[in-house]
This record gives sequence, C-alpha cells and structure tokens, in this order.
Amino acid sequence: MNLLLNKNNSANNGEEDLRLFGETFREVRGWPKAIGGKFISGVGYIGGSCILLAQTVFWSFAGPLKRRHTLDQMSKIGVNSLPIVLMISLFTGMVLALQSAYQMQKMSAEMYIASLVSLSITRELGPVLTALIIAGRVGASITAELGTMKVTEQIDALEALATNPVRYLVVPRFLALTFMLPLLTIYADITGIFGGYVVGVFKLGISSNMYWRMAYDPLIFKDIFTGLIKSFAFGMIIAVVACFQGLNTEGGAEGVGRATTLAVVVSFIMIIAADCFFTALFYFVYTV
Amino acid sequence: MIEIINLCKSFEDHLVLDNLNLNIQKGETMVIIGRSGCGKSVMLKHIIGIMKPDSGQVFVDGLDMTRLNYKELNDSRMKFGMLFQGAALFDSLSIGENVGFALYEHTNLSRSQIGKRIKECLEHVGLSGIENLKPAELSGGMRKRVGLARAIAVNPEIIMYDEPTTGVDPIMGDAVNELIVELHDKLNITSIAVTHDMISAYKIADRIAMLYEGKIIEVGTPDEIKNTKNPIVKQFTTGAATGPITDKKNLLD
Ligand SMILES: Nc1ncnc2c1ncn2[C@@H]1O[C@H](COP(=O)(O)OP(=O)(O)OP(=O)(O)O)[C@@H](O)[C@H]1O
Ligand SMILES: [Mg+2]
Repeated sequence: MNLLLNKNNSANNGEEDLRLFGETFREVRGWPKAIGGKFISGVGYIGGSCILLAQTVFWSFAGPLKRRHTLDQMSKIGVNSLPIVLMISLFTGMVLALQSAYQMQKMSAEMYIASLVSLSITRELGPVLTALIIAGRVGASITAELGTMKVTEQIDALEALATNPVRYLVVPRFLALTFMLPLLTIYADITGIFGGYVVGVFKLGISSNMYWRMAYDPLIFKDIFTGLIKSFAFGMIIAVVACFQGLNTEGGAEGVGRATTLAVVVSFIMIIAADCFFTALFYFVYTV
Repeated sequence: MIEIINLCKSFEDHLVLDNLNLNIQKGETMVIIGRSGCGKSVMLKHIIGIMKPDSGQVFVDGLDMTRLNYKELNDSRMKFGMLFQGAALFDSLSIGENVGFALYEHTNLSRSQIGKRIKECLEHVGLSGIENLKPAELSGGMRKRVGLARAIAVNPEIIMYDEPTTGVDPIMGDAVNELIVELHDKLNITSIAVTHDMISAYKIADRIAMLYEGKIIEVGTPDEIKNTKNPIVKQFTTGAATGPITDKKNLLD
C-alpha cells in the first residue's frame, strides 16, 4: 500500500516534472521569438528613423520651404535655449579650470590651464554638452508636441488636408536644429573659455594677457571645425529621433510620456555614440 | 462615386474590418451606424487613405485610394472635407488659421479672400468673431463646429462627418443637421456621416448602412431601416438593451 502510494506519488512527481519541463521548454522556445521580436523592432526603429531622415532631407530641398515655421522653430530652439547653454558652459569652463588647477599647480604649470580649457571645450565639451542640453530641452518638447498631435488625430487631420506631416512639421524642426546647434555651440565655446579665464585670472593669478595667449595659441581651425561638424550631426540626430518618436507615439497621454522619455534616452545614447565615432574618425583622418 | 471592396483591416490580432463592401452614390448622404468600437472611424480613415488596409480596395471616382502614389493621393484628398470625431484642431494655430488651413496651404487666394471664406464658414456653423482664439479656449461642442467649418472651407465634393452632433447641444445639433441637408441639397455634395443619433440619422440620410462585426449587414433608405426585419439592425435602431447583439455576449465585455 505504502509502496503503491509512493509509486503513485513519484508518478505524480514525474508528471509534475514533465509539466514543469514542458513549461520551461515552451518558455525557452519562446526566447528566440522574444529576442527576434526585439531585434526586429530594433531594426524597425533604425530603419524607420533612416526613412524619416531621407524623407526630411528630400522635403528640405524639394518644394518651397515653410519659412515662417522654420524661423519660428529657430527662435524657439536657438534663441530660447541660449541662456541655459551659456550658463552651463560658463560653469563647465570654470570647473574645468579649477579641476585642472588641482593637478597643474603641483607641476607649477598653471598657465597651461588656459590651453587645456580652450582645447577641451572646443573639441569636446562645447559640442557634446550643448547637444545634451538641447536634446533634453528641445528634443523632449518636440516629441511631446508631435506625440500629442499624433494621439489627438492632428497628424491624421494634416494628412486629410493633403499636407505632408514630414514637410510641414519635421522639416522646419530639422533645419532649425541642424543650423542652430552649431551656432549655440560657438556661443558655448566662447563662454566656456571665458569661464576658464575667470577662474584662471581671478583665482589662480594668471595674467590676463597670458591667459588669452595660452588659450588661443594652441587652438587651430581644425579644433573648432571638428567640434562644429560634430554639433551639426548631433542636431540631425536630435531632430530625427525626437520627430520619429513623436510621429510614432501611440496610447494617449501615457504614450506621450513614454515617447518623450525614450526620445531623450535614445538621443543621449546616439549623441555619445556619434561623438565617439567622430572623434575616432577625426583622430585617424588627421592623425592627431 | 465611392466604392469599397472587400476591405480588411486588423490591429495586431484584433480584426476590425472584415471584407467590408459598400457603394456610395454621387450626391447622396450615407449614414453609417454601428456600435461603439465597431470600426466606423477606421472605415472613414481608409476612405481618405490615412490608414492602409490589410487587403481590399477603396475607389473614389475610379481611383484606388489604397494604391495611389503620394501626389495623386493628395490630389484626391483635396476633394474631401473631413470632420474628425475629436475635431482634431491644430492647437498651435488660431481658429481662423485652422479653418483656412487648406486654403492657405493649397490655393493662391489672397489673405483677404481667405479671411472672408473663413468668416463665412464660421457663420455657417453659428460661430463668428472667434478667428483669433486658440482651440484650447473653446468648449468641446464649439471645437466640433470649428472642425465642421474646416471641413467645408475648401468646398469639397465629398464630406465625411464623424459624429457631427455628438457633444453639441440639441438646438445646435439640429442646426448642424440642417447644414448637412443644405449642403446636400444645394451643392449636391456626397456625404458620409457616422452617427449614434438615430433621429439625426433619419433626418439627414438618403441611405443608412449598419456596420456590425466588420461587415455592412444592411443598407437601406431610412424607411427600410425603420421597418427592417433584421433583428440586429432592429435592436440597434430601437436602442433595446436586450436582443441578438447583446445575447451573443455579455453587454459589458
Ligand atoms: N490606431 C489604432 N491602433 C489599434 N487599434 C485601433 C486603432 N484605431 C482603432 N483601433 C481599434 O479599432 C476598433 C474600431 O475603432 P473605431 O475608432 O473605428 O470605432 P468606432 O466605430 O468609430 O467607435 P465610436 O463610435 O466609439 O467612435 C476599436 O476596437 C479600436 O480598438
Ligand atoms: Mg469613431
């Protein structure tokens, strides 16, 4: 009897095991599908953004431009972002000078702080920080705006009124971002260097003349130019990612929130990745 | 004029339109009725080519809206005026710019001519002097009427109304019905109207079509629909809580 029960039990256990195994198996079998699904949606995302980029570039040249919208966006994106860009780059320049002073003072090489600040700001921090600020400030608002338009059927209404959403909405934002970001970067470069100057001259006692000399002498055209090329590319990235997310928003207010977060995250990652790519590219092209 | 042939559309696993067929004659007012969520708005979006079907065709004046290239599609869309269910006004533009949107974008009319047309259209829907307000400053019913003004501003040949009287007070609702009838009688405009309001449906319709489970299950004149033998249509038009529609599954599912 006992034996029978045991046997019965073990049979049950066996069945249970089998069932568990079956479930696990099914789950494991589901993994490729899940991974494949992620992969396909990833490819879809990249593909979709590339198509949007192509359409945007096409409509930027084909057909008359929406001049008023483009100017509007330029003022929204460029002029209104100037204060925050100036403030952040000023502080960055100051911090950079202070942090390097910590090291340089040990070697009595304070005057090189000027060169260090001006080079790292123009080559790297100016473009990247400005792009990150703009991605957070402008990219997010573009996604939220277009996303809201999408979920309230305004994008459908545009199409019903025979108007291309890419041409009407994306192109002005794209042009504004790609042209205004380099301009903002120039401002950021100047204020960043000025921030270094404030610390260098008033705190570290470098003479004003000396500071400007040391800041400008090592700076060659290439440093500024590569920085601006980067920021031009970053502007495109922000515009395409933000607009793509916005136009593909689904699911009401919650969807708009999700799209906005995603737009900022994706642009941050893409900006840093593109920065790495361009830095490497320029490094090998110019071998500097 | 408008011919929908075997139109199918599903969202993921959810089959919304299932081999839908419908013909709409030139100059007639076709009212589409059906339960909430049965795909009426989806059908309208297919007619104007905003949504792409999984299969099937939509012919408008002999052109297949599902296969036109971009330019042809936009040319065809210029024949349409569409009132969206949620009005879908552009919040960044003023009421005047909303109503005159297509005129500013696609015609060479002067600003003053467009301004006149905007005023005229707003008067048609019982709103005047609000050109400079923003959509956010209007009530829901007012927005609906501005949406209607935007739809008629381009003198379209075909107007699609998605629930034109929902959210509008009864008096204004009747005025909207009269406007639809007037556009039909005077300008011979082809209209497709989606509505839940049977009184308004009987008033404006030349024919009524009922959409049920992705198909048009009955088309007929208002009288034919009133005296229908189809129990499903009967339950819907009389608004009975029990009947073949609700027997099939729990009402609240
Ligand atoms: N963009 C979309 N994505 C996914 N599902 C959708 C989408 N649009 C509509 N649907 C689904 O299609 C079905 C039909 O929607 P539709 O808006 O056409 O309903 P309706 O007949 O207009 O209802 P109502 O009378 O309430 O407006 C709904 O079940 C909805 O869930
Ligand atoms: Mg609807």
